[in-house]
Amino acid sequence: MSNFNSADIAAFKDVWVFCEQREGKLMPTDFELISKGRDLANELGVNVCGLLLGGKGIEAAAKELGGYGADKVYVCEDEKLAVYNTDAYAKVICDVIEELKPEAFLIGATNIGRDLAPRCAARLHTGLCADCTHLDIDVANYIQFLRESSTLDVDGQKWDMEDRNLKMTRPAFGGHLMATIICPRFRPCMATVRPGVMKKNAFDQAKAAACVIEKPAFTLSDADIHTEVTEVVKAAKKLVDLIGADFIVSVGRGISKDVEGGIKLAEELAAELGGVVGGSRATIDSGWLSADHQVGQTGKTVHPKVYIALGISGAIQHKAGMQDSECIIAVNKNDTAPIFEIADYGICGDLFKVTPMLTEAIRAAKAAK
Amino acid sequence: MKIIVCVKQVPDTSGKVAVNPDGTLNRASMQTITNPDDMNAVEAALKLKDAAGCKVIVVTMGPPPAAGMLRELMAMGADEGVLVSAREFGGSDTYATSQILAAAIDTIGVEKGDIVMCGRQAIDGDTAQVGPQIAEKLGLPQVTYAADIQKDGENITVKRMLEDGYMTIKVQTPCLLTCIKELNNPRYMSIGGIYATYSKPLETFDYEKLKDHRLIDAATIGLKGSPTNIFKSFTPPQKGAGMMLEGDGKETCEQLAGILAKKHII
Ligand SMILES: Cc1cc2nc3c(=O)[nH]c(=O)nc-3n(C[C@H](O)[C@H](O)[C@H](O)COP(=O)(O)OP(=O)(O)OC[C@H]3O[C@@H](n4cnc5c(N)ncnc54)[C@H](O)[C@@H]3O)c2cc1C
Ligand SMILES: Nc1ncnc2c1ncn2[C@@H]1O[C@H](COP(=O)(O)O)[C@@H](O)[C@H]1O
Repeated sequence: MSNFNSADIAAFKDVWVFCEQREGKLMPTDFELISKGRDLANELGVNVCGLLLGGKGIEAAAKELGGYGADKVYVCEDEKLAVYNTDAYAKVICDVIEELKPEAFLIGATNIGRDLAPRCAARLHTGLCADCTHLDIDVANYIQFLRESSTLDVDGQKWDMEDRNLKMTRPAFGGHLMATIICPRFRPCMATVRPGVMKKNAFDQAKAAACVIEKPAFTLSDADIHTEVTEVVKAAKKLVDLIGADFIVSVGRGISKDVEGGIKLAEELAAELGGVVGGSRATIDSGWLSADHQVGQTGKTVHPKVYIALGISGAIQHKAGMQDSECIIAVNKNDTAPIFEIADYGICGDLFKVTPMLTEAIRAAKAAK
Repeated sequence: MKIIVCVKQVPDTSGKVAVNPDGTLNRASMQTITNPDDMNAVEAALKLKDAAGCKVIVVTMGPPPAAGMLRELMAMGADEGVLVSAREFGGSDTYATSQILAAAIDTIGVEKGDIVMCGRQAIDGDTAQVGPQIAEKLGLPQVTYAADIQKDGENITVKRMLEDGYMTIKVQTPCLLTCIKELNNPRYMSIGGIYATYSKPLETFDYEKLKDHRLIDAATIGLKGSPTNIFKSFTPPQKGAGMMLEGDGKETCEQLAGILAKKHII
């Protein structure tokens, strides 16, 4: 099957980012991925381009992407693209990719991105790496990454320094292993990327103004679409913004003897710090906190300035989502809890006793400044 | 009407996981379980069977011992099992896996009114890719992240979860749905079911059986046919432990607040 369109590797260039919008508003992952795509494009010496699909008028949102590093944004407008629909999006994206041939295609690993990306990869006959947490082109940068983030003996290995494949790194087996995946024989190399993991660039107004908008031709008819979205419902409650928070106070099963009281203590500490409350999966599965609070492998990846874990044991799946926090503080009454293995500061004690005192001490320390 | 459910046997990653010196997983030392989301898919299929009466066929690709898992699912109420197993299929990435499963499902046959179900994701790889890729290979519409499924005639209405709410989606059959744990609580095997399971049909699809299917091609299955390859695998280093503070009283909390203030963290 060497006649796959995607096997002619030399014909593909540029790094593309799928820019997701909901109700006409760009998603935070768009800016994170354009920023990361900018670095990769620089290493490859190519352009980074956004691909934005939406209803009539979505073009107005495109220039902002330039402010984070996009050289160009391809905009596809059609009323059938206003609300996300797998069939319609996959058709337009695959047609445009087959025509314009990007060598790498990044997609935010949101519920929509993870629906769309595998469908497109299967149609384009190319590889897709899910939920990546790290991306490299240059081998030298990749080696540096391994030095910092692995126990591999990088100096004892042979490296092809000319290798230009996208190296896509992600956790596997619940965070017990990390794997770097490549897609050497087909293009584009596709990756979905975990929200919150890539740092977004500072916004640059001049670059936004210089960003080129292009409208590729495409066709889309009702016959291409086999599903119908009959309603889109927003959660009634405002969701907690764990990814954007500088301070997170998370609670675990340790609050079980007084759930409401424990959550209240965490909220008071979070309020004093100007932060938000998160939770381990145990608290979500027990129905004490809603799913948007979950930190970890199946929850959110966070890197706040301070992460305070109250009554959380520190299972590997929880650590996978918070171990890159700048400062980790753990309160647990069991001094052998694994959370202490990664905590910068640990207090062995009862969270119901320690938390109010800690809130008070922080209040006093701030007042004394 | 029939429902075909794709189920995977996975290593149980919730307990201790042993890693070999070369950075690969020591599978021999681990228990296997039925992938949790797939249990929800089976339960969703059995609920539709209870309500409307239809055949439920469970399909897995894996080594021969995975047949035991299929027997358990039949003891829960599934009617038939298909084990897809061949040396040639080993080492497949999600693209190649979906290619083979799609060929198997197509061999069973998918008609108007039928549904193919998958779990949202398998806990070994956490990719959530196989479901949509099977749908694409079979040319079926898909709805992922299903939290509620209602069948009315030949259409299905699904509540599809988003991070910030949900969508209600109407989809024609045949179609493919991926299921999440919010959908239901899987039932247990019943005593009657355990008795019945060994009289239910369990078929093995080997390479010989599938090799002439249009989707099966040496260039698209197994390790050689997989578009992605593992470049390196490694264990993440543990962040070094920091400082264990003495005591759990007021002075300890003040000491900690003092450190945070001095470091300009607060
Ligand atoms: C596929 C998979 C994915 C998963 N994904 C996630 C995920 O995304 N996020 C996640 O968090 N987990 C996840 N888990 C679950 C994870 O393995 C753990 O089960 C979970 O993190 C445990 O939560 P916990 O620490 O709150 O509870 P426990 O492990 O029960 O720990 C409670 C802790 O509280 C302490 N404690 C009790 N009382 C007090 C008190 N009064 N004061 C102080 N300390 C007290 C105890 O000493 C104990 O250490 C996943 C598991 C699997 C299999
Ligand atoms: N080997 C397999 N056999 C049967 N079903 C599978 C297999 N691999 C994946 N699946 C199905 O695809 C879903 C998603 O898997 P994954 O893409 O690996 O996360 C699973 O929940 C299963 O329903």
